Amino acid sequence: MNWYAIRAIYNFEMARTRRTLMQSIASPVLSTSLYFVVFGSAIGSRITSVEGVSYGAFIIPGLIMLSLLMQSVSNASFGIYFPKFTGTIYEIHSAPVSFVEIIAGYVGAAATKSVIVGVIILATARLFVDYHIAHPLLMAAFLLLTAITFSLFGFIIGIWADNFEKLQVIPMLVITPLTFLGVSFYSIHMLPPLWQKITLLNPVVYLVSGFRWSFYDLADVGVGASLAAITGFLVACLVTIGWIFRTGYKLKS
Amino acid sequence: MTLLHTEASAPVTADPIIVVKGVDKTYGSGFQALKPIDLSIRRGEIFALLGPNGAGKTTLISIICGIVNPGNGSITVDGHDVVRDFRATRSRIGLVPQELTTDAFETVWNTASFSRGLFGLPPKPAHIEQVLRDLSLWDKRDNKILTLSGGMKRRVMIAKALAHEPNVLFLDEPTAGVDVALRRDMWNLVRRLRDSGVTIILTTHYIEEAEDMADRVGVINKGELILVEQTATLMHKLGKKELTLQLHDPLAAIPPSLSAHALALSADGSELTYTYDTQAEHTGITALLGDLAAAGIRFRDISTRQNTLEEIFVDLVRSR
Ligand SMILES: Nc1ncnc2c1ncn2[C@@H]1O[C@H](COP(=O)(O)OP(=O)(O)O)[C@@H](O)[C@H]1O
Ligand SMILES: [Mg+2]
Repeated sequence: MNWYAIRAIYNFEMARTRRTLMQSIASPVLSTSLYFVVFGSAIGSRITSVEGVSYGAFIIPGLIMLSLLMQSVSNASFGIYFPKFTGTIYEIHSAPVSFVEIIAGYVGAAATKSVIVGVIILATARLFVDYHIAHPLLMAAFLLLTAITFSLFGFIIGIWADNFEKLQVIPMLVITPLTFLGVSFYSIHMLPPLWQKITLLNPVVYLVSGFRWSFYDLADVGVGASLAAITGFLVACLVTIGWIFRTGYKLKS
Repeated sequence: MTLLHTEASAPVTADPIIVVKGVDKTYGSGFQALKPIDLSIRRGEIFALLGPNGAGKTTLISIICGIVNPGNGSITVDGHDVVRDFRATRSRIGLVPQELTTDAFETVWNTASFSRGLFGLPPKPAHIEQVLRDLSLWDKRDNKILTLSGGMKRRVMIAKALAHEPNVLFLDEPTAGVDVALRRDMWNLVRRLRDSGVTIILTTHYIEEAEDMADRVGVINKGELILVEQTATLMHKLGKKELTLQLHDPLAAIPPSLSAHALALSADGSELTYTYDTQAEHTGITALLGDLAAAGIRFRDISTRQNTLEEIFVDLVRSR
């Protein structure tokens, strides 16, 4: 294992984050605050509580998940797309590294950044509402697992994309709608029975449900199902990445 | 002119550092960029891969370095297979690619340090400093790469390639679009590296460059390695020049008094062409001009022409 290479890539990516600190960290904080103002205050004044939890507190896990998914996908996809775009990827290919080190460096950095954003949002939320975390360790595990899994997914998108449009299309057309429809801002029990069934096909539901359970012991689906869903997606991403590097798909001619 | 494929026929060199056996490459588009190539690079030599644009030079070195997937065949570096044992081979190799591709927002120091880490070595600031000083980059170490000129960026790419102290250095078209000062510095650096035991493989389409720098030259054209020769031997074969005399009065035939010279008369008798070897001790031009005067042949104009690389390739391919 080439540890120095992992460190080099990780530090390089984190330096990029620091250079774009405002964009990386300030903008999720700002948009989260806006969500609180709009959803928490406006809707919260009508829906006072969901299954015993105040609406403002209820939406915190969903909001964090929303940012976590978007940040992970965009950080990781951009991280690997950019060297492909500028051509500096030649150096990675010519270096004594396998895909394990490349993934550890790029995905590790993207996931770190998402977790930092998640924690900042959690802290920002404190300014608006009071909340408690019933299972802190599982909460951290969900946070980390989701950040890593969706960073892997973003990495795949970054390799697949051969222009900036493709880079944006999956986050915009898939991740954002699935997240908004993924019980981030409501409980599945608020939906008519048919929609409840359809909603269960949305993978994001399992993430948000599990994450919310770790806060309030409230779940739309069993916490086991949530863990299984995220682990399954993680494995699927790893298998895809293994295949990409074995075949050189879109990486090497 | 017999053009043997010397690598195939000569005895195996004592200690080759790179051995390429039957390596070919067909790109996804279906285009065959390399026909099966056999080549060995000797430890410590400067080897020039000479060929026109599109010949397959970049493809060949990209395969050795791991940037392009190989087709058939096998490659070893220091006895290690470049696919199975890529960590061993790649950690020995430094590559300066043809295109100027740099991380614009990084500083010179950081990008060189990054390269060293990427190649699996612990930090060694003294080495990075030495490399940057050798390349006249020391004053610019804290500058972001995007603030540097094109020539400076090329120096940065060389610094990155040398950051992990490679045994083998590939320079792909190192002098394309490079100013005189950088070219001179680069050749000095290459010689110093060679003196310290580094094997250097460079590609170029300038025959003079191969001539000046290389111990041996491989000529590649349309994906085929046409020949591999000691530079001196090759220059002797290739260094032919033509002297053309536009005659005042057409000749019916070459007078017997001039038969000692390698002359050819054009069909209409108005031009005499003399072919000579630029590398020879005596070109024979003075003697020829003397004999022409003695024979009373006057001429209106005189011009010389050296074969272009393309013509040389055509010759080489045809004579196989
Ligand atoms: N990725 C690629 N896909 C298809 N054809 C390619 C690719 N890269 C290079 N080629 C073609 O292969 C041939 C050799 O290219 P290259 O190795 O770059 O030549 P050189 O470096 O000698 O100029 C050229 O005809 C080029 O167009
Ligand atoms: Mg080339």
